[in-house]
Amino acid sequence: MDQFTLNLLVVGFTFAIYIGIAIWARAGSTAEFYAAGQGVHPVLNGMATGADWMSAASFISMAGIIAMAGAGGYQQSAFLMGWTGGYVLLALLLAPYLRKFGRFTVPEFIGDRFYSGGARLVGVICLIVISVTYVIGQMRGVGVTFARFLEVSTDMGLYIGATIVFIYAVFGGMKGITYTQVAQYIVLIIAYTIPAVFISIALTGSVLPQLGLIGNHAPSGGDLAFLAKLDEVVMELGFTQYTAHTTNTLNMVLFTMALMIGTAGLPHVIIRFFTVPKVADARSSAGWALVFIALLYTVAPAVGAMARLNLTTTFWPNAVTGNALDGEALSLEAIENDPALAWITTWSNTGLLAFEDKNGDGMIQYYNDADPRMQAMAEERGWAGNEITKIDNDMMVLANPEIAALPGWVIALVAAGGLAAALSTAAGLLLAISSAVSHDLIKRMINPDISEKGELLAARISMAGAILVSVYLGLNPPGFAAQVVALAFGLAAATIFPALMMGIFSKRINKEGAIVGMLVGLIFTSVYIFLYLGWFFIPGTNMFPNTPEYHLFGISPLSIGTIGAVLNFASAWVVSMVTKAPPREVTELVESIRVPRGAGAAQAH
Amino acid sequence: MTERSSSNEYWRANIRIILISLAVWFFCSFGMGIILRPALMGISVGGADLGFWMAQNGSIYVFLVLIFAYAWRMNKLDQEHGVDE
Repeated sequence: MDQFTLNLLVVGFTFAIYIGIAIWARAGSTAEFYAAGQGVHPVLNGMATGADWMSAASFISMAGIIAMAGAGGYQQSAFLMGWTGGYVLLALLLAPYLRKFGRFTVPEFIGDRFYSGGARLVGVICLIVISVTYVIGQMRGVGVTFARFLEVSTDMGLYIGATIVFIYAVFGGMKGITYTQVAQYIVLIIAYTIPAVFISIALTGSVLPQLGLIGNHAPSGGDLAFLAKLDEVVMELGFTQYTAHTTNTLNMVLFTMALMIGTAGLPHVIIRFFTVPKVADARSSAGWALVFIALLYTVAPAVGAMARLNLTTTFWPNAVTGNALDGEALSLEAIENDPALAWITTWSNTGLLAFEDKNGDGMIQYYNDADPRMQAMAEERGWAGNEITKIDNDMMVLANPEIAALPGWVIALVAAGGLAAALSTAAGLLLAISSAVSHDLIKRMINPDISEKGELLAARISMAGAILVSVYLGLNPPGFAAQVVALAFGLAAATIFPALMMGIFSKRINKEGAIVGMLVGLIFTSVYIFLYLGWFFIPGTNMFPNTPEYHLFGISPLSIGTIGAVLNFASAWVVSMVTKAPPREVTELVESIRVPRGAGAAQAH
Repeated sequence: MTERSSSNEYWRANIRIILISLAVWFFCSFGMGIILRPALMGISVGGADLGFWMAQNGSIYVFLVLIFAYAWRMNKLDQEHGVDE
């Protein structure tokens, strides 16, 4: 059976499961559509949250982002700590209280706690900006994965993916999404772990990649630590030491913090905790979510580091056991004829890997040609620059099974895993958007008299509308998807997280304070990002180049959400102090969400 | 009134637990993983230095323990103050 048929079979099989679940889990009421009837077991909700949270970026890109970072692999640890540490904040500061509040959406809490349609509207706007920007990346991820493994165009892949999401999200709502996410989590974690285990065994002799990362390098005899070997190899070729410390501690701290509070403020993650039966379940469910996320996140740095070493030693065969430069570089002849290296041709056909024999010596020299020591050596040896002209970050995960010569079904599984990661996150985001429209805008602001049946229909129509908009934006993405995701995190950190936290932990913050705070966070953060990335991401409209020497105090646009959050807290507090305290009903509401007793079912109004 | 003061006491205890947990959270990730890493270079975990390991794996394990410990401690606190579900 050829690889294409195998990919088709495995992906087709997983899609059949998702549709089967959709038929089984149709939503019959708004409580089921918005919050799966509050009947989801905390462990299952943890699994669904894992899939909801881990997007195409986590599955396909993160290991490569860490491994290939120009400043060394340590520098990008911010992603690992930031995208997991947010769950501590969720469990301690938000999830249990919002579950006790017992309604369906994030803007609903903001609107009720700050007793104002204006605050609710600002909440809806922030939610839609965050979720829509985030969903574009997922739609692209679906299209790209399809294109790579199933020989269809990126656009066609996007249509197919959107149709599948349409089926289970429109009919099943949160109930359908929850149980498909559980299935998608299982698919993606198996797909991620199997290649990682095999590579770890080959390079370090350790079955657990987590131990492999801190273990010894097996092929060179087992006396040298794996990380020391990696450092040695990359430094010999003029690249920055893999474990080098950060050159900008302030920026790394702020970036990690922005990712943490951004994670805790993402509406599609928060609403997952509305689906469990009790307050105590919301606390433990955040822990279970992190268990399932950690299974991937503790493996990712090992996958990245090992793939980087594998890739480097492929091009410098002598580096496997000795010094890279004591031997010759990989020859074009070997790339063409050695069956174990067939993946190089396969992946250069996809455009993710590109090489060029610049000096015409029949060999591919891979080194850092910006390094003065290497430039001198190149002169001496007759090299004409680095001959690997492109290594896409995504290759570190996608090509891993082929680099490690694993069987075809593992490759097919990676395709299904990438799709599961992108589809599950897209569905969660679409639910957050559609419930904000049908529940907060239609039911709570425009037409409060709408019937239960009418609202359920409105929710389904909003979902269909949200899918159409995201397909359109996926086909015509504004600017670069990666930049857009940075905006989503910065905004969640600077707007929603502070508003929710103050709403729970302070009785004194009033509607004026909350509205001013959210607007200050929203405007400050987006303007700072636009200054470096272009107004509304239109290329060429940026005021400053996006390089560290132009950043204010060296703070990159990715990290600015933390400052935006601080300004949100500060301005909300100042404005609240000089305006009237919230009314009595609101302080009673705050009292009631602080104690778990009486959580019961979410109220349907 | 007794109920109100008991719930205030419950809330103060909760805040204390949260603050202690957040101190651990900050120290293990931002502290050992980033700010203190240069000072901890001499300590190694297998083939990695302590700071590198905390940043890439260790802090995630600490986060896990923290959440479950908080959930367990709060369930007990809920019962002590009679506010459990």
